[in-house]
Amino acid sequence: MNAATPVLSVRNICKSFGGIHAVRDVSFDVGAGEILGLIGPNGSGKSTLFNCILGQLRPDSGQVSVNGKQVAGMRACDLNKLGVGRTFQMLQVFPQMTVLDNIILAGQEHHGNMLTRLFGPPDAGLTEEAERLIEFFRLGHLRDELAGSLSYGQQKLLDAAMAFMAGPSLVLLDEPAGGVNLTMLASLKERLKAFNAERGTTFVVIEHNMEFVMSLCTRVLVLADGAIIAEGKPEEIRRNSQVIEAYLGG
Amino acid sequence: MPYRMILILLGIVALVLAPLSQGNYGIYVLCSWLIFSIAAMGLNLTLGYAGQVSLAQAAFMGIGAYTTALMTMAGVHWSFAAAASMGLCFLVGLGLGYPALRVQHHLLAFVTLAFNTLVFLVLRNEEWLTGGSFGIVGIPRPSFFGIETTKQLSFYYFTLVVFLIVAVLFYGVVRSPWGRAFKALRENPIRANSLGVDIRRMTLLAFAIGSALGGLAGALAAPLVQFIDPPAFALVHSLKLLLMVMVGGAGYFFGPMLGAALVTVLPEFLRFTEGYYLMIYATTVLVLMVVCPTGLIGLGKRMVARFRPQRVERGDLKQGAQL
Repeated sequence: MNAATPVLSVRNICKSFGGIHAVRDVSFDVGAGEILGLIGPNGSGKSTLFNCILGQLRPDSGQVSVNGKQVAGMRACDLNKLGVGRTFQMLQVFPQMTVLDNIILAGQEHHGNMLTRLFGPPDAGLTEEAERLIEFFRLGHLRDELAGSLSYGQQKLLDAAMAFMAGPSLVLLDEPAGGVNLTMLASLKERLKAFNAERGTTFVVIEHNMEFVMSLCTRVLVLADGAIIAEGKPEEIRRNSQVIEAYLGG
Repeated sequence: MPYRMILILLGIVALVLAPLSQGNYGIYVLCSWLIFSIAAMGLNLTLGYAGQVSLAQAAFMGIGAYTTALMTMAGVHWSFAAAASMGLCFLVGLGLGYPALRVQHHLLAFVTLAFNTLVFLVLRNEEWLTGGSFGIVGIPRPSFFGIETTKQLSFYYFTLVVFLIVAVLFYGVVRSPWGRAFKALRENPIRANSLGVDIRRMTLLAFAIGSALGGLAGALAAPLVQFIDPPAFALVHSLKLLLMVMVGGAGYFFGPMLGAALVTVLPEFLRFTEGYYLMIYATTVLVLMVVCPTGLIGLGKRMVARFRPQRVERGDLKQGAQL
């Protein structure tokens, strides 16, 4: 991979369900260290596009590559090993495991092989690294609590932290602000920005909360009826008449 | 935790002393308990830790028992026969795991139930190999470096040694990253997959390892009774093993051991009630499952939580709700 190779490259993705064209010929690149926001009204094709990128849906046509490698049809676990982290729209933690175990799990498959994971140390040598990440996400005081006993906001932070444990080069966040209170939201945004600044992690964020997107993202891409209708810096998108029309209706 | 170690050591001492006050039948019941504990540990890995429903554990005990019986009667030493039984069950378990990649919950239960029935029919109908309904009689008990296990007491200690080795290895597996991956598979397979856990591989392994332990239990059951026939490995015994895991506490290390104790030993204690013992036993299990679906271990934890309030308050409550 050379310096100019985008971290994520999406080329001419199309996806239909019966007669409904959910995604129409979408193409875009995401460069290293970028935070790309993906917005659009309900039913605009954001989640379908996300699922096509992450291999959960097979696109009818088009290609997706991560760091120059084609990933279409790749299993989620292999995609993760390629350096792609993700969070889900709905909260996805392991409720009967402690916060520490949740985080260690998120990193253990990237260390050693099956045999070393069976005969090696129970924490796969990751406790220290996991504790650092837990502290980074300000969950240190909850280290040994069961994830299921945490508040919704704390679980959302844990969910995000898990996506970072394996040191991914690209993280796709599906509505990270959904159902999160304002204080918590500020904390999450600050942590994501810090991660981006310190480690150069690239983000793609689907979000309905415009304030969150505009203050977090370096570039925003707007989808409507499955196609890209606008692309640009947050301040440009705010003023774009097509975007305003798509959100407010004609 | 030193107090936990002391409890475990006391438990081992109790297991060593337990048969000394018992007659042949009492020792037989204790042996059965240890053997069923091994089989239930296997099912606990498949069901309790990895969340894959299986109603075929008795079938694996059957495969293990028949393999060991046939091999030892052909002159092969028990240790090789047991290893072969485990290996065969591991491979068959891998095969049985494949449907679990496509179907889950009650549908998977039906697939495994059908497998148990199939194994039963093979054991009953393939007379040339299995002896059919007459079974196999005269299975020898093993000897190790000149030490015989023909006496009931010596066979108990032999079973106890195997049980302890299995328990230590099992503890190692469930404490390892594999154990964490199994739990993740149970709790949220989609998320686990997105974090790099190969859920396909872990599902197959959960079935294979669980089945291998079923095979080992069968390899011990054959020389214990020295006679095996197909009904001993019928579906009802898979349900019994499921009951052991559920009653003891699925997903807890000691759960299947407690469950196996309840299912094998409690009926013996209730025999004085004569015709009513099965009714009392069934009602006890029914009440336990309704009151505490997490089994005896879950019930114990609830009792501890009720009578001994948490000594350590939750960290975030100490700091105040910042989030």
